[in-house]
Parts: sequence; C-alpha cells; structure tokens
Amino acid sequence: MASARLREPTPVRWGLRLLAVVYVFLLVLWPVSLVVKYTFADGLTALSTALTDPDVTHALRLTAVVALSAVVINLVFGVWISILLVRYEFPGKRALSALVDLPLSVSPVVVGLALVLAYNPRTGLFGTHLDAAGIQVIFATPGMVLATAFVALPLVIREVVPVLAEIGDEQEQASRSLGANAVQTFRRITLPSIKWAVVYGVVLSLARSLGEFGAVKVVSGNIVRQTQTATLVVESKYQGFDQDTAYATAFLLAAASVICIVVVSLLRPKEQS
Amino acid sequence: MTTTTVPARTARRRRAGGAGSLSGPTALGLGVAVLWFSLLVLVPLGLVVTTALSDGLADFWETITSPQTLSAVELTVVQAVLVTLLNVVMGTVIAWVLVRDRFPGKAVLDVVIDIPFALPTIVAGLVLLALYGPQSPIGVNVANTRASVFLALAFVTLPFVVRTVQPVLEELEADVEEAAASLGAGRLTTFRRIILPSLVPSIAAGAALSFARGISEYGSLVLLSGNLPNRTEVVSVRVLTYIENGDPASAAAAATLMLVVALAVIVALDVIQRRVARRG
Amino acid sequence: MSIQINGVTKLFGDFVALQDVSLDIPTGQLTALLGPSGGGKSTLLRIIAGLESADSGTVSIEGNEATHLPPQKRNVGFVFQHYAAFKHMSVAKNVAFGLEIRKRSKADTKRRVDELLELVHLSQFSHRLPSQLSGGQRQRMALARALAVEPTVLLLDEPFGALDAKVRKELRDWLRRLHDEVHVTTVFVTHDQEEALEVADEIVVINDGRIEQVGSPDQLYDEPANDFVMSFLGPVTHLDGRLVRPHDIDVFTSDRAGAVAGEVVRLLRVGFETRLTVRPVSSIGGAYAGEVAAPGEEDEVTVVLTRSHARELALDVGSKVWLSPNPGATTV
Repeated sequence: MASARLREPTPVRWGLRLLAVVYVFLLVLWPVSLVVKYTFADGLTALSTALTDPDVTHALRLTAVVALSAVVINLVFGVWISILLVRYEFPGKRALSALVDLPLSVSPVVVGLALVLAYNPRTGLFGTHLDAAGIQVIFATPGMVLATAFVALPLVIREVVPVLAEIGDEQEQASRSLGANAVQTFRRITLPSIKWAVVYGVVLSLARSLGEFGAVKVVSGNIVRQTQTATLVVESKYQGFDQDTAYATAFLLAAASVICIVVVSLLRPKEQS
Repeated sequence: MTTTTVPARTARRRRAGGAGSLSGPTALGLGVAVLWFSLLVLVPLGLVVTTALSDGLADFWETITSPQTLSAVELTVVQAVLVTLLNVVMGTVIAWVLVRDRFPGKAVLDVVIDIPFALPTIVAGLVLLALYGPQSPIGVNVANTRASVFLALAFVTLPFVVRTVQPVLEELEADVEEAAASLGAGRLTTFRRIILPSLVPSIAAGAALSFARGISEYGSLVLLSGNLPNRTEVVSVRVLTYIENGDPASAAAAATLMLVVALAVIVALDVIQRRVARRG
Repeated sequence: MSIQINGVTKLFGDFVALQDVSLDIPTGQLTALLGPSGGGKSTLLRIIAGLESADSGTVSIEGNEATHLPPQKRNVGFVFQHYAAFKHMSVAKNVAFGLEIRKRSKADTKRRVDELLELVHLSQFSHRLPSQLSGGQRQRMALARALAVEPTVLLLDEPFGALDAKVRKELRDWLRRLHDEVHVTTVFVTHDQEEALEVADEIVVINDGRIEQVGSPDQLYDEPANDFVMSFLGPVTHLDGRLVRPHDIDVFTSDRAGAVAGEVVRLLRVGFETRLTVRPVSSIGGAYAGEVAAPGEEDEVTVVLTRSHARELALDVGSKVWLSPNPGATTV
C-alpha cells in the first residue's frame, strides 16, 4: 500500500466511511434485521406455525431436492467446462466463454419462458418427444431443476476458471511426464488444486439455487403443494395475507443464504494461510 | 465472493500455461458439454426469438410498441440507468472504504455487501417492504410507487460495482501514487488523474452487470411495486402477464427485447476486458 | 550542502531501520547509498523524498527545513525500481504530468517534454503507452518525467534493479553521462557495489541502519574503515587473522619468513583467473610440519592468480604453498 504519508485528509476519510456504512445500513442491514425481528416477534410461534404448515414443509423439501440436483449438475458441468476453457483450444472458445456468462444477464422470467417453449409437452421442441417418452418437464420437478441449473450455471465456472488459469498446467504436465493418465492427473493433481474454488462455487450455487424465484415460477405452474418451492410459497402466503408464515419462511431462506456467504468468507482467508 | 473476476479472467488466461488441442475423448467431452449447454441455454433462448417472430415482424413490432409494454420498457430502462449511476458512485466509495480504510466492523460490512446477491429475490422484496412498506417503522412507504422500483433495483445490484472495483483497487501499485505525489500532485488530483482512470474499466464492468441485472429483475418487485400497469410494471412482469394470458408470442417478443440488451451487455464486457488487457 | 540529514531515526514497529543517521550530501554530485538489502538505504532515500517520515531528526534541502514538508512541496524527483509509469497515459503525457500540475502553459509544457524526450532518446515513442516500451525505455521515461520539473534533487531507488544485466550496464553508463550533462544533485540507492564504484562521485555505505563509511570510490576501496566495508566492496579472504583481497596474496613454493604454509585443496580455472583454495597447516618455526589442520580449525584461504602465473608455479591440488599478503595490499 502507498506510504502512510499519502492518505486522504481525515475528514474525507471519515466522510467516505460514514457514507458507505450508512448507505449499506439503510439499504441492507436494517431491512434484513427487521425481517428477523418480525419472524421472532412472537418468539418461535411464527416459525413453528410455518414449519408445521404442510404447504411450507412440502415446499422446503421440494426446494432442497431441486437445489441440490441443480448444484450437482452445475458442479460436474461447471468443472468440466472450466477445464475445457482454460486448458484447451478449440474453435468457438471465445464465444463459449462469453455465452457462459449469459444466464447472469437474462431475466429469470425469460429463462422460464425459454424453457417452457422448449420443453412443454404440446408444442415444445424437445417437450413433444419427451412427452412421448412419458417424461414431464414443465409443471414438474425436472423443469424446475433445469430452470435452477440455468440461472446458477456461471457460478462454479467463474470461481474455477481464474484459479485454473493462475496455477498453470505445469504440475499437470509433470504428472503426465511421470506416467499418469488424464483421469489420474485430474483426480490427483487438478482437482485438489482447485478444491477451494470448487467449494466457493458450490456454496454460491447453492445459495442461488435455493433462492431462485421467477424462472421456477414460470416453469412450475406454481401449483400449491405440488410444484411450489420455498420462494414461491413465500409469495403465495404473503398474498394470502398469511404474513407471519411468509416472514418465517423468508427468514429460513435468508438464514440459509447468509450462512452460505458467511461460510465462504470464513473459508477464503483460511485457504491463503 | 467473486461475481466479477471477468476483467481479470482474460488477462490471466493469456498468461496461463499450455493450451492443449483436443484429443479424441476430450473432443467428445467438449461435444457433450456443448450439447448440454445448447439443450439448457442456447436452444431455449433461441426459441424465444423464433417464437417472437412466429406471428410475423409486424405483430412483433406491434407488441413491443404497445403502450403498456412501452411504458414498462421506459420504467425499467430509466430506473435501471438511474440505479446504475448510483451504483457507480456508491460502489466505488464502498470499494474504496473496504480496501483503503481500516475500522472495527469492516469485515462485517464486507459480508453484508454480498447479502443482496445471495438473498432470494422474493425475500429481498419482503425485506424492503419491512422497512419501506406500509408497516414501516420510520413512516417511509414506497410500496406501489415508481420509487419502489428504484429501491428494489438499488438493493439487488449493490454488490456488482463494489466487487468489480475491489480487486483492482487492491492490486493498484503504491509506487504510482507516490510518483504522482513526488511530482507535486495532491490527493484529489492523484485520485482524479491517476487512480480513477485505472478504475474506469472495472467500474464499467460493474455498471454493465448492474444494468443487466436491473432490467431483468423480477422477484423483488413482485410484492413491492404492486405491478400496476403503466405505472409500476416492469418488463419482466409484462412478460409474465403475457404468459399467464396464454400469449407466448407476445411474451417472447418482450423477452427478445430484453435478450438483445443482455447480449449487448455481454459484448460490452468482452470489449472492456480486451482493452484492459491491451493496456497491461 | 544540498541535503543535510541530522540524527534521523526510523522504526517500523520493533525493527530499527535507521539509527541516528547524519549525513551531508554535496550539491551537484552523484552520490550512491550502498548497502545490503534491509540495511536502511531505501528508507533514508524515501525520508529525503518525504514518502516516509522520520521518527526523530531533521532533513533540510538546499538550506530549507524540509522535515515536515509533504512530498508534493519538496521539489524532488523520484525514480522507482519498477518505473511507476502511469499506465493509461502516453509517454509524452507521463513526462508532462509534473508540468501540468504546476499549471505551465501548453506551449511551455510541450517544449519541455520534447526537450526531455530528446535527452533520453525517446522522442519517437512519445505517443506510445508504457506497456509498449521495454523496461529500460520505461525507466528512461521515468527519469525524463522526474527531471521535467527541474527538481532540486533527483532520487533513484534501485533504478536498474528490475532490468537484466546488459541493460543495467548500459543504463548505468548512461546515467553517469546524463549527470555530467544535467548536473542536478543526484542520490541513488543500490546494493550492487560494482554499480556504485563505477557511477558515483561519493559512496555512503549503510548497514543495519547505520552509516559505515562515506568517501569516494577509491577511498572506500583502498582505505576501508572496517571489515564490513571491505568485504562489501570487493572479494575478501582471511589470512593470518586479517582480511585481504584474494588477488593481493603472493604465492611462494618454498618457505618464507612470515608466510603462512598451506596445501592447495581446490583449484578452479575461470577465464583468465585461477582460483585456489588453500588450507593452512599448523607449522612450527616455519618448517613444514606435515600435519594438515583438522577440519574444525580450518580457515581456508582463497587466492586468485592469473592463469599463466599459476602455470609458472606449477600449482595443482595437493601443492604445498606459502602465502603472504602483497606489500601494497589493503588489509583490515
């Protein structure tokens, strides 16, 4: 860092500090703490009501299934695509690399629409064939998994690619020269070296997958106790004037996502030491 | 959290050792990956575009220029632009404080910045309703107003500029600022002429991400803005309404509009990366 | 006196970087601060520049009290080891920076920039970005940038440290010639004694936060104040409890009064030199006693001769020799 003699004048430093803290407090910290407060306004009543509501428990279970499936899919394909992008050359590589970021900029509603157009049983490009094979995608769990995988797709890749690029492939070359084949090299050399990046990617994917709303809403049809995830149940409870349950479920989701980012931020410094 | 290793990514990739060419099994693997990517992302998105045009260009045009859609577009774009401008300023300030300042509780600030990114959007809406809705403890109620759109977008896009600028600020070499000082430049001049120009690419990248997220936002607005047509209805809500009314072509038309903007953002990001890499 | 430093002490936490250092640097001279890494020389330079503040002591530049002046007001030019180029500005804009800060007219600035680019032989690169220049070119640009504002003092912090050997030598000569032309008081920090001996008018040897000796290159080389200075400025070896230069040792193949007896244990021919490692023996009254000193007691002496001389004496591993310092040799 630049020498201590080159700091901005103290009032400026305090002004910036105050501005940043107040802004984040008013925008994020205070509103979030209020949700916590409302959830526990009657002690644990709201939470226990929510957790005994069959709509909610079904939604939570469904969310877990969908989110975990999406995370596993994105883990496998994410690591694989990262390796392809960093260690290999092929035509269209630059396009693929740019397109991988696409899900970050696309509206979730558009994602839902796109998947419905492709996979609906009546007119979908793939949907008609899948329907013939007895596989229902839209208004069913597979569709929700696809939607969730779509939106979280870039997250593992964006964590793993820079790490792979940074460490270079010398260790892998050394491994090959010592006689290891591609799978052994991957398992013993590559994977351990990207271990932490993969962990961050998975945790962030999980947070994103638990929280997906718009895309899943379109794809699932939002059918109560059949295709409602936790996020959808929050909306329907709130609009059904069951605010307590809505807040309680929202709290659970918020807690899960905050735990994810806390875990990541706690793990990161450890990796460097 | 690194939403935004994008600028660094290309430069680093250029330094990376060895790009192998594809052998048989790896080529097959590439094929599988590309196939899956197409089935999940490319083909469905392509279908959006084709469906939009399926009733002909005239119908497409009519849909996206219908008064309700236009007002949704205008609302969405204007608010997204305003929020992006806010983020450019506040994001830089926050990144500066996180990198250059030291005070108790700074680590907490760092984690809190990531909350809007990780939080489910519907929960974000509820969270903002708690403080800025009908039961606001401070008497501020923006529910069902255009201001609510601004507020929700500001919330969900908070981390973007911060996280693109932060790593660049951390990597800034100290001796450049010392050189400026030895040449007579005061702190403000050094910031304006030396530090800021080196931050511009990362600010731009964050701004692009912030804008893209802003125009596509849905979940946080559902409960907060009331979705009043021609008043507080954003484009994503418009698309959903078309879907619920069984009008996929019109939904696809509005969606295509948004996709075009999303693609423009990606191209812009790519261009920025390249320019930064050139500058070295 | 151009720069006067008085009783400067600097601590970084518990580490004492500079301990009560006082120094006068004459005007118009090229002075080197020489010493090992971590010895305090860069810290002293940065204190002169105002980039660090001393914990105690004073600094004055051209008679003006500068101890509490910020770097912006000291009118010193500073050149950094890694160039500190403003990456987003062209070479010309880099050089113009200090002038623009001082609000010189556009015409004035352009004239001065052209003048300086001419001086450092970078005129044809004026529109390039620093990333398009080589390391040596970037450092020349940094020098032009520092000189543009006509500083009272020019300070260079290991300016050639980041460059490879050949470029380093070239720029070393070039700096000397530049100084002869421009005559601004120059202080540069280096850990390379050859560089200091070649370029500087005066050398200040700094070690462990203290000044060991100040003098001209000849003075330092021929009259080192202590064994640190002697061993830092050139190769040394121990002979009979004294430090002496390996090429200042006379080698005899028969006993001599006052000579140390020994056996050649290693012989290396490098270019025109022959380097001997001689293990002294315990001798009684000058006669060869036949007992080679036990390994624990050894004080191996390094001797350097020309190849032809070594051949003349028919030296090889195992040869018995007698060593004594050359009559004109420097010893400590």
